[in-house]
Amino acid sequence: MKIDHASTRGLGPFVSQTGMILLAALWLFPFLWMLSTALKPNAEVFQFPPRLFGSSVEWSNFPAAWNFVPFGRFMFNGLLVSVIGTLLVLFTSILSAYAFARLHFWRREQLFLIYLGTLMIPQEVTVVPLFLLMKSIGWVNTYQALILPLAFTAFGTFLLRQFFLSIPRDFEEAARIDGATRWQILWNVIVPMAKPAIAVLALFTFIGYWNNFLWPLIVGNTREMATVPVGLNLFNGQHGTEWNYMMAASTISILPTAILTVTLQKYIIEGISISGFGGR
Amino acid sequence: MASSSSKDGRLCSSTLPAERNNRHAKGKKASSDYSKTSTVLAHLLPNGLGFLGFTLLPLLASLVLSFFSWPVLGQHKFIGLDNYIRLFTKDPVFFSVFLNTFYFVVGYVPLNLIFAVGIAVWLNSNIRGGKIFRLIFFLPVFTPMVANALVWRLLLTPHGVLDYVLALFHVPSPNWLGSEHLAMPAMILMSTWQGFGYNMLVFSAGLRSIPPPLYEAAAIDGAKPWTRFWKITLPMLTPSIFFGTVMTFITSFQVFVQPYVLTAGGPGVSTTTVVYYLYNNGF
Repeated sequence: MKIDHASTRGLGPFVSQTGMILLAALWLFPFLWMLSTALKPNAEVFQFPPRLFGSSVEWSNFPAAWNFVPFGRFMFNGLLVSVIGTLLVLFTSILSAYAFARLHFWRREQLFLIYLGTLMIPQEVTVVPLFLLMKSIGWVNTYQALILPLAFTAFGTFLLRQFFLSIPRDFEEAARIDGATRWQILWNVIVPMAKPAIAVLALFTFIGYWNNFLWPLIVGNTREMATVPVGLNLFNGQHGTEWNYMMAASTISILPTAILTVTLQKYIIEGISISGFGGR
Repeated sequence: MASSSSKDGRLCSSTLPAERNNRHAKGKKASSDYSKTSTVLAHLLPNGLGFLGFTLLPLLASLVLSFFSWPVLGQHKFIGLDNYIRLFTKDPVFFSVFLNTFYFVVGYVPLNLIFAVGIAVWLNSNIRGGKIFRLIFFLPVFTPMVANALVWRLLLTPHGVLDYVLALFHVPSPNWLGSEHLAMPAMILMSTWQGFGYNMLVFSAGLRSIPPPLYEAAAIDGAKPWTRFWKITLPMLTPSIFFGTVMTFITSFQVFVQPYVLTAGGPGVSTTTVVYYLYNNGF
C-alpha cells in the first residue's frame, strides 16, 4: 500500500498522482472495452492481437442489438418496476421512520433495533419460500411479484429515521400550535425538510431495483416480463456468439445507472454519511 | 452494525430526556405517555405488513420446511434434522459448494477491504482530482452486475485482452475461466473490481472525520507516514472498517451473478456457490 507518500516532498507527489491516474485508467478499462467491442464488426471481436478500434466503427450495432431482443420492452419493464418500487419504498419508509422517530409506543427502541437487525437476513434464506408463495397466489410473471417483495426493508426506515431525528422539534411545535394535524405536519413540515435524505433513499432504491438480477430471474424470466439485467441474460442465451451486439446491449443497460451515478454522486456520498454507515 | 447501533444509542439518549421535559413534565406513568394506538399502527403497518408477508413469513417457512420431507407430489412428513444431515453427508456436491462459497468469501472480503482502505487513504492524500477518481472507482458498484460480468468474460476469454497483455510480458496465459484452479481467483478479482468502491466511500467518509490536529501533532513528534497510518488512521477508522467487514461478509455469501454469468458454476462445480446451487436446484 502506498499510503501518505504524497505528503513527502520531491518526486513523491508526482509518482503518487501518476500511479493514481494509471490505476483509475485500469479501472475504467472494462467499460472502455465494452464500448470498443460494441462498435466493432462481429468478425473482429476475437481478433488477436486485440485492437481498441475495429476496421470500421459500427454504430449500427446499437439499433441492431436493440431490435434483436425486445430491448425497449426490457427498458420499459425496468423503468416501471423501479419507479413504482421506489415510490412504494419512499411512502412506507417515511411513515415508519416517522413512527420510530417521533411517536411513542411500547418498546420502541428495542423494536427498532430488531427491525434493523433483519437487514442481515440473507436473500437466499427467503427466496425459495417466497417463490412458492408467489406461485401459490398466481403472481409469477407479474409486475407485483417483481415489485412488492423487495419494497419492505428496514434500510429506508433506518436512513430516514436518522435524518428525522436531526430535525429540530420547534418546527413541528409551531405547526401544531397553528392547528396542523400529525399527518399534515409529517407531509408539509418534516418531509420537505428531509428532502436530501429522501433523495438519497430514492436513488439507492431505484438503482437497487434496476440492477437486481436473482429475483427477477426467478419470477420474471420471460421476454414480456424481463427487466434489463434479465433481458441481457436472455440475449446472452440466444445470441451467445454475437459479442458485439451483446456489448452494445450491455452498454445500453449500464447507461441509466451510470448517468444517475455521475450526476447525483453528491447525494450518494451524502447518503453514506447520513445513514451513519460511514462511522462518525 | 456496531458503529450504527452505538450511534442510535447516542441519538436516543440525547433526544429522550428532552422529550420527557417537553411533553411529560407532569410525571405521569410511562404507559400513558404513548401515542394513540391507531396513530402508531397507521404509520407502522404499511411497512410492517409488507415486511411480515415478504420477509418474516418466508423466513419462518424456510425454517419449518427444512424439518420436513416436502416433495411436490405426495405426503409431507416431519423428518427432523434429516435434511441437514443428508445435505452435508449424502449430497455429493453440497459440501464442495459450501467450501467454494467459503473460498470466495475468504478471498474476496480481505481483498475488498485492503483495496478500499488503501485507495481511500491514497485519495485522501494530496491527489488532485480526487472526486473524479472516487467516481471512477465506485461506478462499477452502481452499474448492472450482469453487464459488468459479461465484459469480464470477454476480457478473460482465451485470446482475449488479458492473454494479450500477459503475452507482452512473456507470461504464459492460462484459460482463466476454464481452469478449476483459476476460475475462482478470476471471479474474486472481478468482484473486487466491481465491489470495493462502496467500502471505499464508507472509509472516505470516515477519514474526513479524523481531526487534522492528530496528524499535525504526530508530524511534530516526527512520526513517519507509515507510523501515522498504523497509529492514527487505522485505529480511528476501526468502526467503519468493522461495519464494512460485516456488510461485505453478508453480501459476499450471497454471490450469485458472477458464477452465473462468468462460469455457469464450472468447470465441474469449482465455482458453484450456495446461491447458484440453490438457483439450479430450486427453480
